Amino acid sequence: MQALIEKTNRFLEIPLGVAPRSMVLLAFLLLVPCYLFPLYDMTMFAPQYPEGLRLHIYSYKLDGGNAGQDIKEINVLNHYIGMKDLSTDEFTEFKWIPFVVGALGLLFLRAAVLGKMAHLVDVLVLYLYFGLFALWSFAYKMYWYGHHLAPTASVKVDAFTPPLFGYKKLANFEVYAYPGLGSYALALVALLLTVALFLAWRSSRRLTPSG
Amino acid sequence: MRNKGRILLGGLGIVAVGLLAGRCAPSAPKGAKKAGAVSDVAVAAQKTYIAPGDLDEYYMFSSGGHSGQVYVYGIPSMRHLSTIPVYTPYPATGYGFDDESKAMLGNLTWGDAHHPALSETNGDYDGRWLFINDMNGRLARIDLRDFKTKQILGPIPNVSGNHASSFLTPNTEYAVMGSRFSIPIPKGTVAGIDKYATDYKGVVAGIKIDAKTGEMALGWQILMPPFDYDLGDAGKKASDGWVFFTSYNTERATGKLEVTASQRDRDYIAAVDWRAAEKAVAEGKADTIGGVKVLDPKKVPGVVYFMPCGKSPHGVDVSPDGKWIIGSGKLQGVTTAFNFEKVQTAIRNKDFTGDEDGIPVLKYESIKDAEVPVGLGPLHTQFGPDGFAYTSLFVDSAIAKWKLGTWEVVDKVPMSYSIGHLAAAEGDTVSPDGNYLVGLNKLSHGRHLSVGPSQPESSQLVDITEEKMKLLYDAFTEPEPHYAQIVKADKLHPIEVYPKEENKHPLAIWDVKDAGVTRQGNKVIAKVVEVRSTITPTVIEVNEGDIVTVAITNIEQTTDELHGFGLLDYNINVVVDPGETKTFTFTATRKGVYPYYCTNFCSALHQEMQGYLIVKPRG
Repeated sequence: MQALIEKTNRFLEIPLGVAPRSMVLLAFLLLVPCYLFPLYDMTMFAPQYPEGLRLHIYSYKLDGGNAGQDIKEINVLNHYIGMKDLSTDEFTEFKWIPFVVGALGLLFLRAAVLGKMAHLVDVLVLYLYFGLFALWSFAYKMYWYGHHLAPTASVKVDAFTPPLFGYKKLANFEVYAYPGLGSYALALVALLLTVALFLAWRSSRRLTPSG
Repeated sequence: MRNKGRILLGGLGIVAVGLLAGRCAPSAPKGAKKAGAVSDVAVAAQKTYIAPGDLDEYYMFSSGGHSGQVYVYGIPSMRHLSTIPVYTPYPATGYGFDDESKAMLGNLTWGDAHHPALSETNGDYDGRWLFINDMNGRLARIDLRDFKTKQILGPIPNVSGNHASSFLTPNTEYAVMGSRFSIPIPKGTVAGIDKYATDYKGVVAGIKIDAKTGEMALGWQILMPPFDYDLGDAGKKASDGWVFFTSYNTERATGKLEVTASQRDRDYIAAVDWRAAEKAVAEGKADTIGGVKVLDPKKVPGVVYFMPCGKSPHGVDVSPDGKWIIGSGKLQGVTTAFNFEKVQTAIRNKDFTGDEDGIPVLKYESIKDAEVPVGLGPLHTQFGPDGFAYTSLFVDSAIAKWKLGTWEVVDKVPMSYSIGHLAAAEGDTVSPDGNYLVGLNKLSHGRHLSVGPSQPESSQLVDITEEKMKLLYDAFTEPEPHYAQIVKADKLHPIEVYPKEENKHPLAIWDVKDAGVTRQGNKVIAKVVEVRSTITPTVIEVNEGDIVTVAITNIEQTTDELHGFGLLDYNINVVVDPGETKTFTFTATRKGVYPYYCTNFCSALHQEMQGYLIVKPRG
């Protein structure tokens, strides 16, 4: 047991090489797109909306296509089924996600500069935790909106969850939901951190063949 | 005996002629096929068919005549796209019911709108505004950003029977007006009809247009002999700075004009140097009549000249390069091409044959280039890009195509029936388009499903891309198209909602929470929000005798989400477009409960979009 702890301690103390550090830096840079591009795009087509209504979920705001008009239109339509208005104020995620991403970014830099295996493990674990939590949080929000319909709604529909990935038919709408550029960048961050860890691990084995 | 024989022979002769006639009388005229214009079906179908969802290439703005409106058609499909109410209330858009449009219409509920004119920059359509005249001495401006009437100027003083209007100068400096029915001026002056030749006055006028806003204002007026000023056109390029008006009844006749005003072989085209008129007014040379600056050519020479033109001319049209002025004597078989250079030379050389009330009359022979034998009853001329001119022939019921410069007539196409104006695509600009032309016919009989005695007019689409003109399509247009303007669709950029941030209406509200009624004495203001599918407030309470202003804001920002507000028994219906605020004011003269509802179908729950005006009894 003691041996395992010591071995782990040694492993965590291993300094990172150039390649893993560069990848952590790159991962840091790849956090930037989640401030610039949507994390999620939802598009709704109906006979009356041949060009589709577009909803863009950023890390910090909701936005609609057609200079923001689409989100108003989506709310006008949703009020018939008693759905609460989609608005930036309703999403607590928009407050904590940008902050957490920033904090993670600083930790990435710390890992790249101080450059020990332990830092890399820290950021990977924290990052995955953040990613999965954020994903759950958004998914739950979608579920919540679809399951908290006003009982007095003029049009009664069964509770529903909008599609999280792919296509779903909802009443007269064909709804398509896909991650946005921001999300793909975040996924790439996870991948880079994993690869960095893998490379660091592999080079550590080469340095200490006994280990 | 001899007499008897003669009678017998005569009788036989009659029988023989009778038999001959019986055998030969055709069931239709020889040229029947030609007279009832036909088209090559396959070609025409392909050229005019716009598949569902596809768009037309051109807008046509057709005057609505005494309906007082402007009708918008797509070309080449000839589909009616929309109606722009101008001089007549139009419940379909609520026009003439809300405070603003009601004020614009004044006390008149009809107009006779003849000649639409698209605004121009350097002689080309710039897609900003459409102007159109009214016989009641008015001029209107439609903004093509939203296809709405924005201003009606007039009735302006002195001009009586504003037919020779609204032709624009090449940079939209002026629209013109003219009296078709001379009267003693200022309006309200009385003189017996026996004093017609001396005491009745014609007036031609330039209405100043603000280059930035399009706002119209009184410009100059010129005192003219009591002729009937009929049509006009502004010079362009070579002839920029001049406007031309045709006139008939230069006989100064009264009574049965169809006879008395058709005695002279030539009447006149008045050529007005509008820059000189502008200058003379600025120099204080005008008299004030009826509150307007009026130039008297007797006192201010050099502003207007008469060009003799074939009998009772109707249309006058300036060629794209501005070199020729085409005047059509409607009671002749020729149209006359005047050379602007020669007009200028004649003016310089004082090549006059006399004068009319101080206005010099130029020598016909000195200023004309050609008399083109286009056919009977020539009225109006439009142009193609390649030096061809197209003249409508009312009596012949046809269009003649002829060449400027060589003056040869190269083709004719029959019109069904009795064409008045014609409109070629951008055919009155400095660069005509040359693809299509529409004949605006006065009669349509027999070419449509019968709709009873009150028949529609006919507008016929003609392909002018090739040497031979080809009839493509019959459309039956709202009464009554006079002139029309055809413009390439990509020159117009209409909005489809009024952006919220542009709405500066003092009574606009954007949140249902702000909706409600406020009162000051017996003046009540109800601020109303319309959005799918509720009118807020759903109840408006007022007292009998209150003066109620209802301000409705449609807070939608979605294309095509119009809402109406119809108030039963109070004769009110307004329609508000997305992002628009309109008010209407009425006195609650009758107590009771009056439903209001959305008249413009908007949504699945449109029927529920309703409320009540409760007028509580006094005391």
